[in-house]
Amino acid sequence: MSRKDKILNGNALYTFIAIIIGFVAGAVLLAVAGINPGLAYGKLLNGVFGQVKYITWSIVYAAPLILTGLSVAFSFRTGVFNIGAEGQFVVGSIAACTVGILFDLPAPIHILLCIAAAVAAGAVWGIIVGFLKVKRGINEVLSYIMFNWIAFYLSNYIVNLSAIHRTGGGEASKDVADSARILAPEFITKLTRCTAANWGIVIAVAAAVLVWFVISKTTLGYQLRAVGFSKTAAEYGGINTNKMFLTAMAISGALAGLGGAVQTLGMAGRVSQFASQEQYGFQGITVALIGSSHPVGCIFAGIFYGAMKYGGGKLSLVKAPAEVVDIIMGIIIFFIAIAHMFKVIFNRKKGGK
Amino acid sequence: MGIIIKDLGLLINAMLIATPPLLLAALGSCFSERSGVVNIGIEGMMTIGAFVGSVVAYYTGNGWFGFFCGGLAGAAFGVLHAVACVSFGADQTISGTAVNFIAPGLAIFLCKAMFDNSSDSPALETASKLPKMFNGIFPAGSFGYNVLSTYSAAYLSFLLVLVIWFVFYKTRFGMRLRAVGEHPKACETLGINVFRIRYICVILSGFLAGLGGAYVTLATVSQFRPNVIVGQGFIAISAVIFGKFTPQGTLKACLLFGFCNGLKSLLGANNIVSPYLISMIPYVVTILALIFFVGKSRVPAANGKPYLKAK
Repeated sequence: MSRKDKILNGNALYTFIAIIIGFVAGAVLLAVAGINPGLAYGKLLNGVFGQVKYITWSIVYAAPLILTGLSVAFSFRTGVFNIGAEGQFVVGSIAACTVGILFDLPAPIHILLCIAAAVAAGAVWGIIVGFLKVKRGINEVLSYIMFNWIAFYLSNYIVNLSAIHRTGGGEASKDVADSARILAPEFITKLTRCTAANWGIVIAVAAAVLVWFVISKTTLGYQLRAVGFSKTAAEYGGINTNKMFLTAMAISGALAGLGGAVQTLGMAGRVSQFASQEQYGFQGITVALIGSSHPVGCIFAGIFYGAMKYGGGKLSLVKAPAEVVDIIMGIIIFFIAIAHMFKVIFNRKKGGK
Repeated sequence: MGIIIKDLGLLINAMLIATPPLLLAALGSCFSERSGVVNIGIEGMMTIGAFVGSVVAYYTGNGWFGFFCGGLAGAAFGVLHAVACVSFGADQTISGTAVNFIAPGLAIFLCKAMFDNSSDSPALETASKLPKMFNGIFPAGSFGYNVLSTYSAAYLSFLLVLVIWFVFYKTRFGMRLRAVGEHPKACETLGINVFRIRYICVILSGFLAGLGGAYVTLATVSQFRPNVIVGQGFIAISAVIFGKFTPQGTLKACLLFGFCNGLKSLLGANNIVSPYLISMIPYVVTILALIFFVGKSRVPAANGKPYLKAK
C-alpha cells in the first residue's frame, strides 16, 4: 500500500515539474516573439476562469478529451500503446453523425443508437489492429497509425456523400437531428450562457468510474493488468493473453469512439471535412500521461487540457498565437517521457533495483 | 495515341512532384528505424523543415540555402528525439508524439509571430524557389517537358537512394548501424558505440525529413501553410515498412505512393474516383503488405526498444 502511494506521489510530482517546465518554456518562447508572457498567461487564465460561461466551455472542450485520455490510459494499463485513438475517435464521430442524420427516431432511442454506433465503430477499429497483432504479429503502433489515416480519409469520403453532405455552404455534413443531440436542458444553457453545454462531461465521468471499476475491481481487470505487467507470467498463470489483448484493444477503441460521439452529438452537431487531423486522439495520449494513466487522473488532466484549448483560442486577442498551447503540451509530455529515466537513476541511488 | 502519351506524361509528372519529399523523409526514417529507433516525429520534422525552408528562402532569395536550413531545422528536432530516446531511454512513440506537437506548433507559432498573425508565409518568387532542370529544352506541355523538366532536388533525392544504399551495405558505418538495430548488446561487447551510432542516425533522419518538408514549400507549393505536410510524414513511414526497411525498397514504395498521388490529381480532377479513396491507398497497401508479404522478422529486432548501457 505504502509503496503504491509512493509511486503515485512520485508520478504526480514529476508530472507537476513537467507542467512547470512546459509553461516556463512557453513563456520564454512568447518573450522571444516579443509578447509579454504575463499578459498572455493572464489572458489564458481569465479566458478560462473569468466567467461561468468560460468555465462551462472549458468543460465542454474537456469531455471528448477525457474519453480519448481514458482510451489511451486503458491501453497503457494492459501494455498496449493505443496511438490509434485518433482514428477510433474519427470513426466514432462519423458513425454517430451518420446515424444521427439518416435515422428519424424519438430522442432517447436515437441518442442511444448513435452512441452504440460510435462505440461499435471505435471498437471494430481497435479490434482489427488487435487481430493483426495477435494473428500476424504486426506491431500495433504501425497499424494504428495506418488506421488513423484510413479513418481520416474514410470520414472525408462519407462527409462528401450526397446523402450526408450539407446542401448549403460549408465543407461539412448536414446537422445531426435534434433528437440525437445531447445538449443540456435550457435552464443550464441559460444559466451558464454557454449554448454548447451538454451531457458529455457526465458521460465522460461515468465512463471514468466504469473504467476504474473494471480495472481494479473485476476479474477481467485483474487479468488485463496481469498481461500488462508481464505477458509471460500471465500466460504461465493460465490467462489467455491473446484474448486479453483483443479485449483491451476493443474496449480502448470503444472509449475513443464514445469520445467521437460526445463531440458530434454534443458540441459540434456535425462532422466537418478534415484538412488536418483533429488531434483528439493524440491529445488523449497527453491526457493519459498527465493523468498517470489513472481514470480519475484522466478526468482532471482532460479538464486541464480542455481549459488550455479553450483559453488558448483567446490568446489571439493579445496577438499571441494559440499554437503556444500545442508547444507547452508537447514539452510537458516530452518531460514526462524522459522522467522515467530520472526514476531509474533515483531508485539506483536509493539502493533499490 | 498522342493524348494517351500526354496523359501518361502528366501522370508521371504528378508522380515526380509527389515522390521526392516522401523519398527524402522516408530515407531519413530508414536510418532511424534500422538503427533501432522508431521515429514517428518525421511528420513534425517535415513541417518545421517546410516552414524554415520557405522563410529562409524568402529572406535570402536562395532556394538551395533555404533547402539546407530546412534540413537543419529537422535535424534540431532529431537531436531532441535522440536525447529522449537514446540517452534517456524514453518511450520512442511518446517522444515522437511530443515532436509532432512541438514542431508543427512551433512552425505555425513562428509564422504568426513573423508575418503579422498570418499562418501562411508569403509566397515565394520563382527565383527563390529550387531551380528546375532542362529549362527551355523541351516545349511546354510535351512529354519530355512533363517527365524530365522537374526540380533538380528531385534528381538529387533519387541520387541519394544510391548513396544511402552504398552507405548501408558497402561501408563499415552501414554495417554497424544495421547491427545496432538488431542486437545492440552484442555490438557493445564488440566495442561499437551504440549511443553514438543511434544519435547520428536519428539526427540524420531529422535532417532528411527536414529536407523533405523544405522540398514541399520550395518546389511544389512555394509557401508555408499549416496543412502543407498533412500525412506525408506518415506516408514516408509506411513507405519504409512497405519497402522492407531498405533504401531500394523504400524507393519503390515511394514511387508507388507518388503514383497514387498522380492518379489522385488525374482521376480526382475528372471526378472518376473519389480523391479520398485514392488517398487511402498508401495506408491500405501498407497494411496489406504487412499482412501478406512482410513478416515480423523483417522489422529490425531492437526497433522501439530503449537500450540502456549495462553497468
